[in-house]
Amino acid sequence: MATRLNITKTHKLYIKGAFPRSESGRSIVVNDAKGAVVAHVCRASRKDLREAVVAARGAQCGWSRRPAYNRGQILYRMAEMLEGKRTEFTEVIEAMAVKSVSRTGKKKTGKKKASLARTGNGGVKALSPLREVDASIDRLVAFAGWADKFSQVLGCNNAVNGPYYNFTVAEATGVTAVVTPDEPALLAMVSLIAPVVCSGGTVVAFASEREPMTACMFGEVCATSDVPAGVINILTGQRDELVPQIASHRDIDAIHAANLPKAQGQALRDGAPDSVKRVRVREIAASEWLDSDVCESPWWIEPFVEMKTIWHPSAT
Amino acid sequence: MSKVTIDRVMADRRAASFSARSIKTGSKGEGLKLVLSMVDLTTLEGQDTPEKVRSLCRKAMRPDSNDPSLPTAAAICVYPEFVAVAKAELGDSGVHVASVATGFPSGQYPLAVRLEDTKRAVEAGADEIDMVISRGLFLAGQRGRVFDEIAQIKEACGSAHLKVILETGELETYDNVRAASDLAIAAGADFVKTSTGKVAPAATMGVTLILLESVRDHFIKTGKHIGVKPAGGIRSAKVAVRYLVMVRETVGDDWLTPELFRFGASTLLNDVLMQLARLRTGQYMSRDDFSEA
Repeated sequence: MATRLNITKTHKLYIKGAFPRSESGRSIVVNDAKGAVVAHVCRASRKDLREAVVAARGAQCGWSRRPAYNRGQILYRMAEMLEGKRTEFTEVIEAMAVKSVSRTGKKKTGKKKASLARTGNGGVKALSPLREVDASIDRLVAFAGWADKFSQVLGCNNAVNGPYYNFTVAEATGVTAVVTPDEPALLAMVSLIAPVVCSGGTVVAFASEREPMTACMFGEVCATSDVPAGVINILTGQRDELVPQIASHRDIDAIHAANLPKAQGQALRDGAPDSVKRVRVREIAASEWLDSDVCESPWWIEPFVEMKTIWHPSAT
Repeated sequence: MSKVTIDRVMADRRAASFSARSIKTGSKGEGLKLVLSMVDLTTLEGQDTPEKVRSLCRKAMRPDSNDPSLPTAAAICVYPEFVAVAKAELGDSGVHVASVATGFPSGQYPLAVRLEDTKRAVEAGADEIDMVISRGLFLAGQRGRVFDEIAQIKEACGSAHLKVILETGELETYDNVRAASDLAIAAGADFVKTSTGKVAPAATMGVTLILLESVRDHFIKTGKHIGVKPAGGIRSAKVAVRYLVMVRETVGDDWLTPELFRFGASTLLNDVLMQLARLRTGQYMSRDDFSEA
């Protein structure tokens, strides 16, 4: 019997609902610890970033005007789709796990042991690949729930002296760039994207440089979840190359990042004042990514909304 | 008049070939400034107001308040009602006032009304008249009448330049586009223009190529330069630069001037400014950095 060739997936960018290659034609190789090639992914250029921002800007108005309930439905749908791809995601993360092990200097043999100890980020034994995927799904569900509730928490009815109501309501800031740390690649990216998207913002997400494949696959999740084209855009490549571009791009309104190397976090902050960006570079301990009290708080939404105060005559 | 037929497949392929050039940095900057100087900044809406027109005039005279070195737009293109307003605002800035006339956009009015429309626009101070041909007459085969109408309107224009809008989106075939262009040129057009902007498809690279070829053949025959103006649908700086490539490779350097090539556009201007600012500052800009056009 003839041997069947494996059909491997070509990982591409996700921009405006489509999966283009980088306009630059460049790619980078993703290796595991033993130097074996795990995948090739696109190395996005600043022009890809520009296209993604144009797409996100184009989608922003329509997305923020959707009923909050509908945005919640769509986030929940993303969770459903991710659930369906649970095995695929787990396998891809496992394939990479070998590398993280080598970084900690521990020698592990056998897939199972390795997968239990992806400890590149301070030794979290709990974060097995399956655990990471499940937590990502749960995170989407959590923010699906927040979509039509966060404004009740963040907004208020202000007491004023006169026959008026005075409301403060939250509105999406606009186009937010998400910069994902090396790991946990999938969970961190989902955790950084979901709060922005649930409140009506659009996102250009830059994937983990070490494990970019799950980000590309997350594009497939978005593409099959009724997420309108342009609301979530995903780029892979070299973070060092694009961080300065993200920082200086005047049409990016906010930046949501976590656990970046010091210089990159600083570069994002330094570039922000000139274009009046809201920047939140979080420091999240490895164990906290699984902690819903930390990562599913409405205060993760708050940096990416603007407060608008409205006066309205009252009946009396 | 000899009839030229167009091979649609090859015309489209040739037009598409101009999109494959890579134009970068210095050349791109110069190209974009040239585009800027060729823009007929246009507003042709029922909801136009005098202040909207004045605001557009200011934009034409100083496209980017952060960069006074940039050229002005070529002209403001408005309805006849706003010619005087635009003229007063533009003063001696060098920016022309172009007025659509002759029953824009359909042209379905008696000739006397269309001539009167033209005369009034000229009297109000229009430097250029953008007339529409009677597509109805043209498609009905009465090309002689179309010719006569253009000739009479040319006379009514006096010293004002006449641009003849063919509305290529309604002419069905490239053969018709070429015939209408040859007819307009023979009848005295100073410019041939693709579209009103009210009909889709508006300007495409294909029809603009046909007009350029018509102009080129006229130049070879008579030595006279006729201008070309694609209008409507050109929204990005990238596409505009492709048009410049097509102009240069079809009719040559002579036409790379606002005297002989124009873009009828409104949103194009800010995209050009964004790209120029990007070249100047190294940053990608936001739409919020530019005033509305």
